[in-house]
Amino acid sequence: MLETLGNLGLGFSVALAPSILLYAFIGCLVGTLVGVLPGVGPLAGISLLLPATFGLDATRAIVMLAGIYYGAMYGGSTTSILMRIPGEAASVMTCLDGYAMARKGRGGAALAIAAVGSYIAGTVSIVGLMLLAPPLADFALRFGPPEYLALLLLGLFVLAYMSSGSMTKSLAMAAFGLLLGMVGIDQMSGYFRFAYGVVSLGDGLGVVPVAVGLFGIAEILATAGQATPPRVVKPRLRELLPSREEWRESAAPIGRGTVLGFLIGILPGSAHIISSFVSYAVEKRLSKRPEQFGHGAVAGVAGPESANNSATSGAMVPMLALGVPSGPIPAVMLAAMMVHGVSPGPLLIQQKPELFWGFVASMYVGNVVLLILNLPLVGLFVNILRVPYTYLYPAILVFSMLGVYAVNGSVVDVWIMLIMGVVGWVLRKLDFETAPVVLGLVLAPMIELSLRQSLAMSDGHYGIFVQRPIAGVLLGVALLLVLLNLYAFVRRGLDWRARLALAEKGEETS
Amino acid sequence: MTTERVSGVALALLAAAVLEECWRLRLPLGSLATPGPAYMPAVLALALLAAGVLIAVLGPAAAPLAAVGWGEWRHTLAIAFTCAFVALALEHLGYRLTMTLACAFLLAIVERKPLVATLAFSVGLAAGTYFVFDTVLRVPLPRGPFGL
Repeated sequence: MLETLGNLGLGFSVALAPSILLYAFIGCLVGTLVGVLPGVGPLAGISLLLPATFGLDATRAIVMLAGIYYGAMYGGSTTSILMRIPGEAASVMTCLDGYAMARKGRGGAALAIAAVGSYIAGTVSIVGLMLLAPPLADFALRFGPPEYLALLLLGLFVLAYMSSGSMTKSLAMAAFGLLLGMVGIDQMSGYFRFAYGVVSLGDGLGVVPVAVGLFGIAEILATAGQATPPRVVKPRLRELLPSREEWRESAAPIGRGTVLGFLIGILPGSAHIISSFVSYAVEKRLSKRPEQFGHGAVAGVAGPESANNSATSGAMVPMLALGVPSGPIPAVMLAAMMVHGVSPGPLLIQQKPELFWGFVASMYVGNVVLLILNLPLVGLFVNILRVPYTYLYPAILVFSMLGVYAVNGSVVDVWIMLIMGVVGWVLRKLDFETAPVVLGLVLAPMIELSLRQSLAMSDGHYGIFVQRPIAGVLLGVALLLVLLNLYAFVRRGLDWRARLALAEKGEETS
Repeated sequence: MTTERVSGVALALLAAAVLEECWRLRLPLGSLATPGPAYMPAVLALALLAAGVLIAVLGPAAAPLAAVGWGEWRHTLAIAFTCAFVALALEHLGYRLTMTLACAFLLAIVERKPLVATLAFSVGLAAGTYFVFDTVLRVPLPRGPFGL
């Protein structure tokens, strides 16, 4: 414990340096702006702003990108509460009661509860990250290629299982993403695969153009043709303070949302989305007045908002400690870290303690910055939403193309972004999730390399994956998930994932 | 025809195309014990083929393809065309000119906004983002004729 506190002290000495503070502030501000814009969630936001960090050293760049990440998570709630448009998918549940509160004249209170809940959840979950990541990294030092392969496969299966809707469709998307990851030079033999003479495809498809295409461009393609934008409910500053009763009603949901969000965040999957849905369901189940949910229940804002912010820190645990991203956003964060010469994994904490602990401390600082920033600047964010979408989407499109081009200075990436945008638009229409595609793309080279290294270790015997206890257990859990899914299919009943899918479609709002 | 039938068949065709490409490009498959460069793509294509068939077979209960709204296709086409134009023109016309033209096309032609507002917004956005990224953040962006 003392060692942890000492390390945290080292982290704060890094994070409180004026220049780091400045980048944490810029990251939070830009992240919130990005989160407020409909269609540009944290994933597209981090991807687009990655080139802006190229001139920075690794610590400043990562602190800024982390600020963008949790700033965007918070920013999404502003549009949910004031416009009933989720700035990003994790804010869907906040729309229900947040907008209802705004229509009753309690929009300011809803924003304040979301901000305070996010702050508390963000801060407490960082303690969890701080305590859990170092021992997990120590444990992961025992991992060889078979264990990593099992862990990566488990990650994909958990993501597919946790996704709302069909596991078969999610696994198909993961396989599609893994296939995209096969493009480029084979690491072991040097063969060009599916590059068709395009030299810049030798390094494979970049995560950034694929992510921006599937999430940012696909969203613009789907929404630009919509007829009338929704009304913005503008709160007054004096309405920002929640009443005593509203504080009392939000305390327990914030606590429960924090714990739930962190635990779900550690698991692979769309943690933010799932945590907010689970938190909403739990609060409704525990409430003495469940009929108020959907009509302005304070717990319906406090719980999900706390949960999705807590999940942000939870998702950092496997990424930092194991070097394994648990979802598309950590996958892009991982890619961003690698661009800056940092390889997250078990050795990161030992070899670059100032970076790891500086990052942890900057998350504390970032949460304070977010709290200070968000409430007074609500008016500014609301005014951004007043810009007509017919002007907003060309601007988002320009930023997307600029961000994608700037990563490698290559127009091939702009083409990839465009193709993936159209693919993402069609996939959305056909009710497929695109998150497994991004995760598959990132994990593909790691999975292939681990498989071939494992087989080299065992002289070609596949028994190595079950003979080694850690790998065996991890693959056993993956198999269990498939069986659980088969069981739900055979019963033909609506399990929690099917209900989640219905709720996401708005067919089940009660 | 349901959405799942169509998507299942499309995924299966994609998987078949990958398998065909592995064969056409003569990528060595290797063996189970020593996988070659075509091994993983082939395994993944077979997995995708199986998933596609499963989705298609289990898909009759899904929504009909006709029920999916495609009403925004004109906007989609225009935006896709704009992105393609940017990809083609960026390194020839330079960042500022390309983005100004792309933005102006979307605003004036697609959204039918007034010409003055279109020009002010397009030039302002292209010049502003160029200044922030190229000049301030030192991210090199392409220049076109006359240094534009």
